[in-house]
Order: sequence, then C-alpha cells, then structure tokens
Amino acid sequence: MSSIPMEYYLILSAFMFSVGVAGVLIRRNAIVVFMCIELMLNSANLTLVTFSSYLGNSIGQVFVFFVMTVAAAEAAVGLAIIIAIFRNKKTVNIDEINIFKW
Amino acid sequence: MNIQIILFIVLASVAAVSSVVMITRKNAVISAVFLVLNFFALAGLYLLLNAQFIAVVQIIVYAGAIMVLFLFVLMLLNTETEHKLFVDKRAIKFFSILVSAFVFVQVAYLIFFGHPSRTLTPDEAASVKAGTIQAIGQQLYTNYIIPFEIAGFLLLAATIGALVLAKKKFE
Amino acid sequence: MPQNNYEYFLLMPQLIIAVGIVLSVLIEITTKKSEQILPWLSIALFVAAAFDSVFNINQNFVLFGGMIEVGGKPAIFNFIFNIGAALVVLSSIDYLKKYGTYYGEYYILVQSSVLGMMVMSGAKDILMIFMGLELMSICFYVLAGINRKKLSANEASMKYFLLGAFATGFIVYGIALIYGATGTTSIQNLVENFVTYSSNIIFVLGFVFFLIGFSFKIAAVPFHMWVPDVYQGSATTVTSLMSTTGKAAAFSVLMIMLSAVFSGASNVFRPYFATISALSMLFGSIVAISQTNLKRMLAYSSISHAGYMAIGLAAGNLFSVAGIIFYLAAYAFMNIGAFTIISIVEGENDSKTDLNSFAGLNAKSPILAASMALFMFALAGIPPLAGFFGKYYVFISAIQSNLTWLAILGVLSSVISVYFYIRVVVFMYFKGSVEDFEIQISPYSLTAVIITALLILVFGILPDTLMNVITSVIR
Repeated sequence: MSSIPMEYYLILSAFMFSVGVAGVLIRRNAIVVFMCIELMLNSANLTLVTFSSYLGNSIGQVFVFFVMTVAAAEAAVGLAIIIAIFRNKKTVNIDEINIFKW
Repeated sequence: MNIQIILFIVLASVAAVSSVVMITRKNAVISAVFLVLNFFALAGLYLLLNAQFIAVVQIIVYAGAIMVLFLFVLMLLNTETEHKLFVDKRAIKFFSILVSAFVFVQVAYLIFFGHPSRTLTPDEAASVKAGTIQAIGQQLYTNYIIPFEIAGFLLLAATIGALVLAKKKFE
Repeated sequence: MPQNNYEYFLLMPQLIIAVGIVLSVLIEITTKKSEQILPWLSIALFVAAAFDSVFNINQNFVLFGGMIEVGGKPAIFNFIFNIGAALVVLSSIDYLKKYGTYYGEYYILVQSSVLGMMVMSGAKDILMIFMGLELMSICFYVLAGINRKKLSANEASMKYFLLGAFATGFIVYGIALIYGATGTTSIQNLVENFVTYSSNIIFVLGFVFFLIGFSFKIAAVPFHMWVPDVYQGSATTVTSLMSTTGKAAAFSVLMIMLSAVFSGASNVFRPYFATISALSMLFGSIVAISQTNLKRMLAYSSISHAGYMAIGLAAGNLFSVAGIIFYLAAYAFMNIGAFTIISIVEGENDSKTDLNSFAGLNAKSPILAASMALFMFALAGIPPLAGFFGKYYVFISAIQSNLTWLAILGVLSSVISVYFYIRVVVFMYFKGSVEDFEIQISPYSLTAVIITALLILVFGILPDTLMNVITSVIR
C-alpha cells in the first residue's frame, strides 16, 4: 500500500467521477444514465476507502458500507420507476421523456 | 517495481478503460457488463488498500446483486431504440465532455496542489486493522448504531416504494 | 452507545415516527381498510412528535456519542416538518380518491420521509445527514410517481429520481473529500476547526461539491431544471410536501454544515451563495410571470423563495439563522395552504389547475377565494403577513453583513413577483367564471386551509414573539 502514492488513487477516482458525469450528460437511455450515477458513487467510494486506508481509521469504510446500502435501495426504487414509465410509454429514452425542458 | 505497483497499474487501467468503454457503447447490455468489470477492478483496488471487507461486499452486493438487477431490467425491457441512444446534437455532446473535462482537470489539479499525502503518514499496520470486519463491525454497532437503524428504515421505505410502483395488480 | 435510558426519552419525536412506521406497515398488511385508518394514525403521530419536540425544546443535548442533536434548533425544525406533514395528510384524505391513488402506502411513505427530515435536521455527523437525506429523497421519488397509471406522474418521478441521484453522487464525492481533509465525519470537529480547514484546498473542494449537491435539493438556479416539471407532474399534495418540508430539511443541513460561519468564522462560501441566491430570485420571479398553470407558477415561485433564503446563508451571521428559520416556517405554511386550495379546485386528470379555473372563484366559494388571496399576499411578502417578516429579517441580516446589493436585488425581485401573485387574486375576484364546474369542497382539506391561514395570521401579527423564541433557542 505505502509504495503507491495516495494521489494515484485519488486521480483515478476523480477520472471515474468525471466519466460518470459525462455519461449522465451524454447518454439518453435512462437505465444507462442510472448506471453512470452508480459509477459516480463508486468513484466516491474509492476516494473514501483510499483516505480511510491511508488515515488508518475505519470511518471511511463504514461510510462506504452505508453508500452501498443506499445504492441498493436507490437501484430498487429507480428501476421500479423505469419499469413504471416503460409500461405507459414503451420507451426509456430521456429525450422522448423531455427531461431538460425549461 | 514490486508486485503492488504492477497490480495497481493493471487494475487502475482496467477500471479507467472500462468506465470509458461503458459510457461510449451504444448497446446498454454491453455498458452494464463493462460496469461490472469496472466494479471487479475496484474490488481489486480495495484489496490493495487493505480494505478486505469492502472488497468482498463490493463483489457480493454491487457486482453480484445490484448489477444483476440492472441486467435483469435491461433484458426485461429490451429497448428497441438502441441506435438512437447517443445524443445526436453535437453541441450537447461537446458541452458535456467539456463540463466533465473541466471537473476532472480541476479536481486533479487541486489534488496535486493540495498534497493530501504530505500531511499523512501512512501506517501499514493501522491500515490493515482498519479494514478488518472486526473494526468495521465494532464501529457499526457502537458509534454508528443510529445510522444503522436508519438504514433499516431506508430499506423498508425502498421496498414499499418499489412495490407501489412496479406491482402489476395493485388494487 | 446510549449512556442511559434518558437518551431514548429525549429521542422521543424520532422514536414516535419510527414506531409509527412499523405500526402502519403492520396495519397495512393485516387490515383491508388501511387507507381509512392510516391518515388518522399519521396525523396523531405527527402532532404527538411535533408537540413532544416543542415541549422539550430546552433539553438541548447531543446523543448517542455525537450522532444526533435534540432540542434547540432541531426541535423547531421537527415542529415545522411534523405540523406541515400533518396538514398535508389532512388535505390528502379526499384528494387521493380524486387522484386515483387511494392507497395506504402513501401514508407510510410520508411518515418515512418525515423521519428522514428529522434525522437531517438533528444530524451531528455527516453520515446522519447522508442517511436522512436519502431516506427523505427515496420516499419523495416514489411519492412523486405514486399514481403509476399517469404518464405525467411517471415522468415527474423519473426526472426527480435521475437528477436527485445525480446530486447524491456529487454529495457523496464531496463528503469523501471532506473526510479525507479532516479525517473524521463528525460535525462537531468540523465546526471547531472550520477556520483551519478552510485553508485546506481539498476541504474547500469537497465542500463545494457538497454545496452543489444540496443546491439541487433546495432548487436554486442553476440547478433548478427539475423543479417545474416535477412540481407540476406530481400529485398536488405531494408537491406541497416536497416543496415545503423537503426544502426546510435541506436548508437545515446547510445551516448545520455552516454553523461555524454563523458563529463568526469568515464565510469562504459567500460568493457561491450570493451568486445562486441572486440568480434564483431574479430567474424565479421573471419566469413565473409567463406561467398560466398555477402549480408551475408556484414551482418558479419556490425557486425564487429558495433564492431569498440563500441570502441568509450568504450573509452568515447569527441573525440570519433566525431569519431563515422564520422564513422557512412561514413559507411552509403559506405554500401548503396554497397547494391545498389548488388540490381542492383540481379536477380529474390534472385538469383545473390553470389560472382560468380560478377565475370567479369568489362567486363559487368565498372562503376559498379569501384564503387563497391571503396566501398569495403572504407569498408576495405584503405586510403585515408572515411572508413579509420572513423576507424582512433575511434582508436585514444581509445589510448587517454588508451585502446591501443582494438585499436590493431581493426587494427588486419581490416587487416583480407581486405581479403574478396579485394576478391570481384579480382573477378570483374581478373576473367572471370562465370554466363552468362545481367545486367539491372536502371538509378535511378545508380544515387544513383554515389552520394554515390562522398560522399565517399569527406569524404575521406576532413576529417578534416567534423571533424571540427562535433567537433564544439558537444561542
């Protein structure tokens, strides 16, 4: 662990976070947008675990545990919402759902 | 070069490349599979960081449960309009990439500028201890007992919510 | 760990709601008539929790090893959340039949969201903020789309969910960086060493990510794009819940995170708050002018009200805390009142929410017209109603912190906003009825309207008494 500088992990997670943000803005399939949000959460988890490990306290890892719980709950609700909208509209394309309307 | 650095390079490049591949594939199922790959690489990185418990949970919960749910819904809905999933308008695409590049450059610059590792003295023994199930469990059931209870209510609410939204015949 | 059983006693408001949720689930499973029992159970629980927190307002302690704060400021917030939710439930009883979602689950989700808010307002650890926020948000995502046969509700729920989860991503990443810079998630530590940390660039970066995420939740410009569609597409009672208590909960978190600033530390984030508040006030007021749908108009008005409240965050002195709390309480009750009236007038399938449906309301029902006029005047900030004092206190705090330009912008946008609020009153009193329909006034909703109207009047007549209570508590 200590042979690798901490910044490497942080840059990797910053990169993944940015890729997630780009994915949310670019992609039009609601499920893929949601997967990009999961990627953002995971990059935050990587940051938390990195800091937790280098600080030598387990609070960060406890936090990751809770983030995973929340991600599971969000996945259940989010996919239920997507199924509900698919039943009515037969599409999960955000453009047809007009998401960024003024 | 010791084995840790080699492992880090391999896992980090798998994570980075799979995340980029994930957002650029037009087929949603392929995106999901690459996201699973990304999660596996992250689990490896967690092991390198001495976070054994989180690494295992990452595979069991994230890659195992959550992503299977995603794939299941993707297969269930079987969306036909996959060729249109990308933004057609160039302006939006350009803007999105610009925004995320800006975020990345800013964060990366500040991380190098802020020197987080210079103020920390990494301690291998403390780090190994922090990642054990014992340490995490001890925190979870003493200091963090209230958030733990709230997590129970969160899951209850999510279950009820998913039921309300997706059950076929509700009345 | 709890030091003694007294801690559980002090945590009573949260425990009442928590036990209530479990009880409601059991009632829902075992009985067929849960949708008739649960509203009254929820109201009883909310009222009990509200009064329990107010009676123990002086018992200000931090419990469970620095996790949750009871009494003091959280007690006031708990009162706002619980009374607000009780009024919303009261107005939902007949509305839900009309809306086609006569489910008992609705009330369980409302209770869970209130539990989330109470966790947020009392949080003393960033983890508590996160869990409370997610509990509240997940319930709101579902409530927004509770009628899954209706496409507008589905779309609202989806928009709210995707953008809310996006904001959560920012919040978690921000928290991760804050944790890295401070080595702990305790807010006590964050407040004590705020000045040292604010020179740490990683801490500031994390805090900015956190603030961006919360700007989504309080619906401030430029993170407002979900607000109009979600507020218009959801059930009216759900909109009234999430636009008032949800916003109050998000503000309570911002006040907790910035409590070092409020007690004298220099406000590093003042430019951020000044910008979003100026943009929100002007944008909300100007765009609301062109809206003809009342729910959409109130959505834009909610954006501009978020701007006025953010002035207090930019000012960052002790007086502004009291101002924001007073404003939130006043705003919660006037908005719930206005939305309840819309929910009474509303017909089937989201119809009759246009301005034209309110034309000639005075002839159809004088009491509804009079109370709607009262709420509109209060929202516009016309003295001596509650909305005026809310704005007044916030503007004063801005002037105290040498932010006179922001206060002037606030006054300017209030003047603009008077136009679209008064237009509703003009339609109700001076225009003949355009659409011919009967209004079925539900007695429960009418009770909710009358209670809110009385609260607005009390807030307007006795602002000083209430401000004294608030200031004595936050010291």
